[in-house]
Amino acid sequence: MPVSTSSSQQVYDSLKAAGVRLISALPETWLVHLIRMAEDDAEMTLVRLAKEEEGVGVSMGAHLAGVRSAMLMQNHGFLAAVNAIVSGAQLYRIPLLMLITARGSFGERDPWQTEGGLITEHVLDALRIPYDTIHAPADVARKITDAQTLAYSSSRPVALLLGRSLMWED
Amino acid sequence: MRRLDALAAIYPFLERRGTVVVTIMGAVAAELQSLGHRPNFFYLQHAMGLASSMGIGIALSRPELKVVVFDGDGSLLMNLGGLTTLARYRPTNLVHVVFDNESLLSVGGFPTATSTGSDLAEIAKAAGVPRTLTVREPDAFTRAFGDAMAAGELTTMVVKVEAVGPKTFVTDLSLLENRYAFQRHLASLRDSPT
Repeated sequence: MPVSTSSSQQVYDSLKAAGVRLISALPETWLVHLIRMAEDDAEMTLVRLAKEEEGVGVSMGAHLAGVRSAMLMQNHGFLAAVNAIVSGAQLYRIPLLMLITARGSFGERDPWQTEGGLITEHVLDALRIPYDTIHAPADVARKITDAQTLAYSSSRPVALLLGRSLMWED
Repeated sequence: MRRLDALAAIYPFLERRGTVVVTIMGAVAAELQSLGHRPNFFYLQHAMGLASSMGIGIALSRPELKVVVFDGDGSLLMNLGGLTTLARYRPTNLVHVVFDNESLLSVGGFPTATSTGSDLAEIAKAAGVPRTLTVREPDAFTRAFGDAMAAGELTTMVVKVEAVGPKTFVTDLSLLENRYAFQRHLASLRDSPT
């Protein structure tokens, strides 16, 4: 499976360095290594979800309890979580760090991913969620640190899109 | 059984140091506040369905705390998948109480699927929640709640209540005031645990 192990490791190491100790996730192809890394790490609490909106609640609880968290999901999972983000994380000013795989962009071979790829950034804009896309492994550490910093200083959700050139090797 | 009376009967449990409470919006939040707000109470005034998800987030983050979630039939029906997440991690410090009035009371009393036979305790059991039960009488509820608090095992308890509630759901406690005070309270419990 050509999901980048080295990029996944960089993302994981950056989350750990940022103090993240709880990760909620729903599996998706590009996230397989990241989820396994979280599962194999005794210092990390991994919460496997049935649907992404649960993860917003889990992160809200973790934040109020004093634990730094992150959500790992596909962009379609982000779309499934929108109400929780608005009426949970935004209403209650939670610094929610979302890592979202940017499926459906240039290079996408799965026809079923293409519609979501067209609208993900527009939805992020409509929700006034600050976001950036990570394309290069060299940017991973800095962008994750910066995203989390803004999440905490603004007490709001932020998103990092994980791009194809970062996560997929073919 | 009226939900307000049920909450009043178990209120002393909720005052214990190290116990934290997360409620859904609407009548449950307003009625608990009417009995006396405390800094260990958090009212999730929107994001329907996610009270139990917040509960597991707190319970897994802080195993030393006892987390009580007051859910409702309408809210839980919006997040049935969350029961499988509760069951997967089965935090031993979480008591999940579902007040079931078979109605979406706060939006006009429309009947939910529990009014046509869907059984939330059986759904929780089938999801894998280790302790599940349904109670219908006030004394039985008070006993069962005490048992669940002492059990040290994840419990989902369905409490059949009348579809009655307060006249208004808006209180003078702002959402963010509640959120920050609750966060500070949880931090203070960690900083001085005794």
